[in-house]
Amino acid sequence: MTTIEEVRQRAESDARTSGYYLNPDPDFLKDLLEGLKANEERYGFPSCPCRLASGKLEFDRDIICPCDYRDPDVLEYGACYCALYVRKDVHDGKTPLRPVPERRPKEKITRAYGMVHEATTEKPPEAPIVFTKEPSKIKMKLWYCKQCGYVCFREEPPYICPICKAKREMFAEITNKLGK
Amino acid sequence: MYALSTCAWCKKTKKFLKASNIEHEYVDVDLADQETQEKIRNDILSMGGRLAYPTTIVDGKTLIYGFLEDDLKKALGI
Repeated sequence: MTTIEEVRQRAESDARTSGYYLNPDPDFLKDLLEGLKANEERYGFPSCPCRLASGKLEFDRDIICPCDYRDPDVLEYGACYCALYVRKDVHDGKTPLRPVPERRPKEKITRAYGMVHEATTEKPPEAPIVFTKEPSKIKMKLWYCKQCGYVCFREEPPYICPICKAKREMFAEITNKLGK
Repeated sequence: MYALSTCAWCKKTKKFLKASNIEHEYVDVDLADQETQEKIRNDILSMGGRLAYPTTIVDGKTLIYGFLEDDLKKALGI
C-alpha cells in the first residue's frame, strides 16, 4: 500500500524536475496528498483529487497526476487545477491563489458520471464505450533546449528544462521538415 | 453542496460553512451510487451549472464553484 510519505516524495520529485513547487499550505497539501492516496487505492492510479474519475484507466489517463492540463494551468494561472503544483511567485505568496478554470473537455467530465459503477458490474454495459476523437485545440510541437539539447514534444516548451534546469526561454521550436 | 471526498477545496468549503454556522447539506459525489451520480449530474446541468467541485448552491439558485470565500459570504449574507 502506498503511504502518504511516498505520495509526497513522488510529488516533490516531480515538482523539482518541472521547476514548480508544492502548495505552501501544509494542511491543504496534506489533504491533497491524502486524496491522491485514496484515489490510487480505489482506482489503482492517482487521479486528480479534485475531479470525478470514472475508474477506467483509459478514460482517466488525462487526469492522472500530474495531469495533462498541469503545465498550461501553472503557466497561465500559477497553479494546477487542484493547486498541488504552484509557480514560485504563488509559493512565495507574491501572487494570490485563485480557483483555476477547468481545462478538461466538457464531454469527458460529463461522461465520467456513473462509469465507476459500470467498471465493477458483472454484465457488460449496454453500449460499448467509444472513445471518439475529439477535435483537439492542442497543437503539439517539437522543442529543444539550446543549452543541453533535450528534446520534447508538447504544446508549449516546459517551464524549465528537466535535464539542465535552463529556463523556458532557452527552448526553441524545431521547425525543420525532415526529408526536404 | 456537491463535493468530492478527496478534494482539498471541498474540505475548505465544508470547514468554512461549519465554522460560519450555516445550515447545509453536502454529498460526496465520488462515494454516491451510479443512480445518484447521474441524478446529480443532470440536476447540476439542468440548473445551467458546470460539473466542478465544490459546487455550493445557495438558496437553490446561486451556484458558486470552488472555494471563493468572498463570493460565499456575499451569497450567504454574512
